[in-house]
Amino acid sequence: MNQCNRINTVGNVDSMLMGISRLTDRTFRFMEVCGTHTVSIFRSGIKSLLPKEIELVSGPGCPVCVTPVAEIDRAISMAALKDVTLLTFGDLMRVPGTSSSLSKEKAMGKDIRVITSPLDALEVAAREPERKVVFFGVGFETTSPAIAASVKEARVRGISNFYLLSSQRLIPPAMKILLSSKDAKIDGFILPGHVSVIIGKEPYSFISDEFSLMGVITGFEALDILEGIYMLLCQNKEGRSEIEVQYKRAVKEEGNPLALEIMKEVFKTVSARWRGMGMIPGSGMALREEFKEMDAAEIFDISCEDKPDAPGCLCGEILQGIKTPKECSLFGTRCTPQDPVGPCMVSSEGSCAAFYKYGG
Amino acid sequence: MCLGVPGKVVSVNEDIAEVDFGGVRRDVSLLLCPGVMEGDYVLVHVGFAIQRLEKEDAMETLQLLEEFIRG
Amino acid sequence: MMEKNILLAHGAGGRLSHDIVTELFLPFLKNEILSPLDDSAVLTVEKTRLALTTDSYVVKPLFFPGGDIGRLSICGTINDLAMVGAKPLGISAAFILEEGFSVEALEKILSSTKSAAMEADVMVVTGDTKVVERGAVEGLFITTSGVGIIPEGVDVKSSHATPGDVIIINGPIGDHEIGILLARGEFSLKGQIKSDCAPLGKLVQKMLKACPTIHAMRDPTRGGIGTVLWEIANASDVGIMVDEEEIMIHEEVRGVCDLLGFDPYYLANEGKLVAFVPREDAERVVGIMRADPLGRDSAIIGKVVDQNRRKVLLKTHIGGHRLLEPLSSVQFPRIC
Repeated sequence: MNQCNRINTVGNVDSMLMGISRLTDRTFRFMEVCGTHTVSIFRSGIKSLLPKEIELVSGPGCPVCVTPVAEIDRAISMAALKDVTLLTFGDLMRVPGTSSSLSKEKAMGKDIRVITSPLDALEVAAREPERKVVFFGVGFETTSPAIAASVKEARVRGISNFYLLSSQRLIPPAMKILLSSKDAKIDGFILPGHVSVIIGKEPYSFISDEFSLMGVITGFEALDILEGIYMLLCQNKEGRSEIEVQYKRAVKEEGNPLALEIMKEVFKTVSARWRGMGMIPGSGMALREEFKEMDAAEIFDISCEDKPDAPGCLCGEILQGIKTPKECSLFGTRCTPQDPVGPCMVSSEGSCAAFYKYGG
Repeated sequence: MCLGVPGKVVSVNEDIAEVDFGGVRRDVSLLLCPGVMEGDYVLVHVGFAIQRLEKEDAMETLQLLEEFIRG
Repeated sequence: MMEKNILLAHGAGGRLSHDIVTELFLPFLKNEILSPLDDSAVLTVEKTRLALTTDSYVVKPLFFPGGDIGRLSICGTINDLAMVGAKPLGISAAFILEEGFSVEALEKILSSTKSAAMEADVMVVTGDTKVVERGAVEGLFITTSGVGIIPEGVDVKSSHATPGDVIIINGPIGDHEIGILLARGEFSLKGQIKSDCAPLGKLVQKMLKACPTIHAMRDPTRGGIGTVLWEIANASDVGIMVDEEEIMIHEEVRGVCDLLGFDPYYLANEGKLVAFVPREDAERVVGIMRADPLGRDSAIIGKVVDQNRRKVLLKTHIGGHRLLEPLSSVQFPRIC
């Protein structure tokens, strides 16, 4: 691996922690928006090193957590159709739908396969022309340009049995809703580094402009995250509320304009439902008219009615930082990591799963 | 969101690059990141290069730390 | 809580595999010899303790860098005997062949089986072959059983880990699972990593000669060291602390883990063991291990403590802590 990531030496970490400690003069509640940050934080053991006054809360940037039950059910129904091969990223395999999950359906014999790139879906479609290959496309702005490029490529290559079941979402609209809720007491954001590689800095300006809060676009190594927290504390000390970039080696202020262009060429913004947060306008992506022939939601006759979350499940509020896992009546009883009810327990580093392991 | 992994470009063939990640190699699409050359470092997500990585900026983090230790 | 149908996850070696054994199989089959669920059963005949173990091999692909299903079927069973300190007496091998399977391929596999047995100083003393219709199995399944003798004075059990014990591993983790993944050509990755598939019997005999009072040993196969350490912590009712910096992972394995979002502590190994050794003997045992080709990269990775019982605490590379829980399900590659 290149030296860009060999920066987590203990010496460096200790110095950063000293800096953080010096600037922690009260309690802070920082939200890491992105699920990948949650995993990094967990695996590096950062929480055990931070001053107790700093609380890190997981946000809604996690496809496992925010994909609604109805969309999982729809994907499951799609996989049950004759001649359909459903391809998905691994993240969604264990997310519970109303009565099953993609992984359970696969175990029952449905043609459901895990892929790691939308281009793999094209390869499957090209190799197996008799199958209707449906790609369950989830992800945020990091992933949408790649899916868009793959849709275009399908056309270039004349692949006619590739379909996209789009379940993609946009981060800034969800954050706006989160901030508009008076219950979420967040002091600052550890902003998603890889989403920002695509969208740059500008889309987050509402955080400081409208809400006077701070945000730091942060990388994923332990030292990156510590530096991001340090930069938030510096802003606080100096009375600033700005959007800054910590992850300079990857994030340019303008993002990746070509990726954005391709994304906008293929997708239009639509309203989308977020598990636990309801319908958020302009927060989802759907294929434009010109690409209708690849739109699985249009082509296949599968409905997607709203389904309620499991009764008692507090994932929505937990994802927004409003409630803690302990406040959920299902926590540890009906809902455990082995038998999860809600998404916060499915992801092994989701808020509830993490709380379960550490016992609070 | 999202696993993005840095890798070194070993070879380029039109819009596909072979990228090395500590000895493991994968073909990576350059459709979102054209102009990448052999020897460059790229950030890869779902089989696509989404950004060229600037080595100089990686060093900035270490510099900040040195300043901090001194000051 | 049992599912209505068997899932692939029930075979993955983590919590669900543990559950299927404890909640489905044990209620029917339990007895005092089976119930500890150690790698081998121990049967006492007069004053002699015999170890008996069995395993089925369903690996795909049949051939992979570092070995094949034949080699794996010998090594896996030898290693299960070794984990209770037993010297192997003999192996049985039952082959289920798919109609149409290539004889040339079978010859290659039998040749590997023979080599592995010779490496392990054991003979295949009995066997069976069956042929089933095309499609009933994919190519070939092998089931091997092994019987061995546990020398006097040796008492290696998952429940014997004791506070003060030092935890030793004989090399880097993850090679087997990643080697297989690369051999399958999954996820468009290319690499050189080979399975670490190897018979550990002779290495273990050397270790026991130096220290007959080794308390516990396990080979971290499916579910990885994360699962095995947790199982020992729970069987022994102790706490375990391990240091990430001491656990070696090949660069390429790390690369694949980074790309797919895998946690390396849950990857399967087929030539590794973790040993729980009384503190005073640890350095000597490590020295003996390092002198053996299968233990060159042996390292002390942690210790057993009285606190945080039934928990495994990993000190991370930045000096923080995380808990290692057993694997609950198959690891799927992540994008997020």
